[in-house]
Amino acid sequence: METAFYVLAAVTVAGAVAAMALPRLVHCTLCLAVAFVGLAGHFLLLGAEFVSFAQVLVYVGAVAILVVFAMLLTRSADAPPAWVVSRPGLLGVGVAVLVFGCLAATVAGSGLAGREAPPAPEVTVKALGERLMAEYVVPLEVVGLLLTAALIGAVILALEDRAKGGT
Amino acid sequence: MMETLDQLFVLLKRWVVGEFPAAWRLWLSPLIDAGAIIGVFAGLFAVTTLLERKGLGRLQNRMGPNRVGPFGVLQPLADGLKMLTKEDIVPRAADRVVHFLAPIAMVTPILLAYAVLPFGRNLVAVDFDAGLLFFFAVGAGTELAVFMAGWSSRNKYSLLGAMRGIAQMISYEVPLVLSAVAVVLVAGSLSLPSIVDSQAGYHWGWLARWHVFTPWGLAGFILFLIAATAESNRSPFDLPEGESEIIAGHLIEYSGFKYALFFLGEYLGLFAVSALGITLFLGGWQAPVPFLAWVPSYLWFGAKLLGCIALFIWLRGTMPRLRTDQLMNFAWKFMLPLVLVNLVVAALWHGTAAWGFFGAGATRWLLGGAVLWLTYSALSHALFTAPGRGPRTYRYAD
Amino acid sequence: MPPLHAYLLLSAALFAIGLAGALTRRHAILVLVGIELMLNAANLNFIAFWRYGARPEALTGVLFAMFSIGIAAAEAAVGLALIIAVYRHFRTTTVNDVNELRG
Repeated sequence: METAFYVLAAVTVAGAVAAMALPRLVHCTLCLAVAFVGLAGHFLLLGAEFVSFAQVLVYVGAVAILVVFAMLLTRSADAPPAWVVSRPGLLGVGVAVLVFGCLAATVAGSGLAGREAPPAPEVTVKALGERLMAEYVVPLEVVGLLLTAALIGAVILALEDRAKGGT
Repeated sequence: MMETLDQLFVLLKRWVVGEFPAAWRLWLSPLIDAGAIIGVFAGLFAVTTLLERKGLGRLQNRMGPNRVGPFGVLQPLADGLKMLTKEDIVPRAADRVVHFLAPIAMVTPILLAYAVLPFGRNLVAVDFDAGLLFFFAVGAGTELAVFMAGWSSRNKYSLLGAMRGIAQMISYEVPLVLSAVAVVLVAGSLSLPSIVDSQAGYHWGWLARWHVFTPWGLAGFILFLIAATAESNRSPFDLPEGESEIIAGHLIEYSGFKYALFFLGEYLGLFAVSALGITLFLGGWQAPVPFLAWVPSYLWFGAKLLGCIALFIWLRGTMPRLRTDQLMNFAWKFMLPLVLVNLVVAALWHGTAAWGFFGAGATRWLLGGAVLWLTYSALSHALFTAPGRGPRTYRYAD
Repeated sequence: MPPLHAYLLLSAALFAIGLAGALTRRHAILVLVGIELMLNAANLNFIAFWRYGARPEALTGVLFAMFSIGIAAAEAAVGLALIIAVYRHFRTTTVNDVNELRG
């Protein structure tokens, strides 16, 4: 268990760093997919099977593909490698390191540090579905509404303004 | 005796694993499963390439391969040797790392998908509670592989082919998943073995309780088959690789073993999605008639799989290729509404399951069938009389 | 089973990486990617707290993570559509160059 965690953590962090640091956009997206798969592995280790598969389905199957499509449509895939180390850039990294330091200090300072996991609960898809249909039915409907709105909004945004005779 | 034969592979594995020390067993069991899956389906791939070439040859009124071995049966061996010994060419402008990783990214997820498919009674590598979701989740990985192949080759045609391929795959994934959701709704489970169990038994002692014999199941199976054809880039949906339009799409710059891997991935994907269709709609490994239930379950599964493969070969030899706009219209304007209505019909079927009066089954069938038929005819009418869709005119051919 | 703080530190690291990317990179798509990474870090926290929490059978963390995944999908779709619209208009995807309100 421990080994699996550290291997997966290394893969996830390496994928995330590469996704943010590589000069070529396509490489970034592919590394992002690796990071997402690593996270799905963590979810599987933690016993959240359904979330793990949903993570791969949504992030690798939809978000990464959408990013790829956006890259191809905006001709960014063949853009020259952009990696400019500038003053604001270094400042951004500094802020991020500061945030990580704060978060890590909080985690270390909280009483949670040595907490051990209770025995693994049995998470069946049936139990999840019953929760979603009973206690969480309003959030579920709201998410459905949100997704529909996002679908329509995305289509309208990306639709060319033909009325104005757009390019 | 028949019981033992039916469980032959399960018992064999248990015996082999039992021969090893306990510390190894945890690792050995999945290794055996993986080895068996790779071996069996790579073998099936070799057989299918021969069957496909022979079958297409017959459909086109020619002989097909008949030089290597008796009746050409050793042709796959010759093809394999040719593939392995060919020079591996990587274009100078190509992104070497991505170009190298693309075939691996293609084959690995597809092989993973086999883990949740039940090939026979108790013959499943992993029985996830969310097995169906696992199947679709790993299947999503192949789309990125297609993009990797198309982009890394630095070739206009391969990039176009990859764009076409991804667009087609995400478009047809929607009807594919939704037609499977209808089965989940009725079976009440995402685990593939229990979906097979939900189709056990026979109506009146002879008609199998497969989902394909219900109105929503029949419509769902047909929609699933169409979407599966598109998902596995097979004719008539082989636009990403249309030889006459964009040479071979994302496969242009691949040769030798890498090309063979893509080829293998495509066929393995076809087998996997056929096996899923069999599991969801055709009763999995169940026998079609009760008096043949003694035949081992994996044989039934194999027979159904071969039947599906034959259907796909037949389709390939018969149908002309679609245009991109036709492809997209078909997915979004025809299949998506139909598959949503199919979901409603499945819910109706499930809700009326308690009807007990005389002729209840026939009434339910007629009700569901009527809803589906009305939707189908209304949709096709609307699509064929849409503005800008006059009768076809031929500008050059007479 | 690794202790809880291992997961929390991993999640904090992912959040910081995503933040660094979103602050540093100029390309609009990469900014969005950074935000996605930060969302994912939050998801990991939800699942970790659920697993190590007092009442895992309540499934609250799992359900929250599922809702969060759904919302992230919507966010990505709208965000990328915006990027495409911006590209159509300004012919660029560099966030620094998109600094005019005039349409």
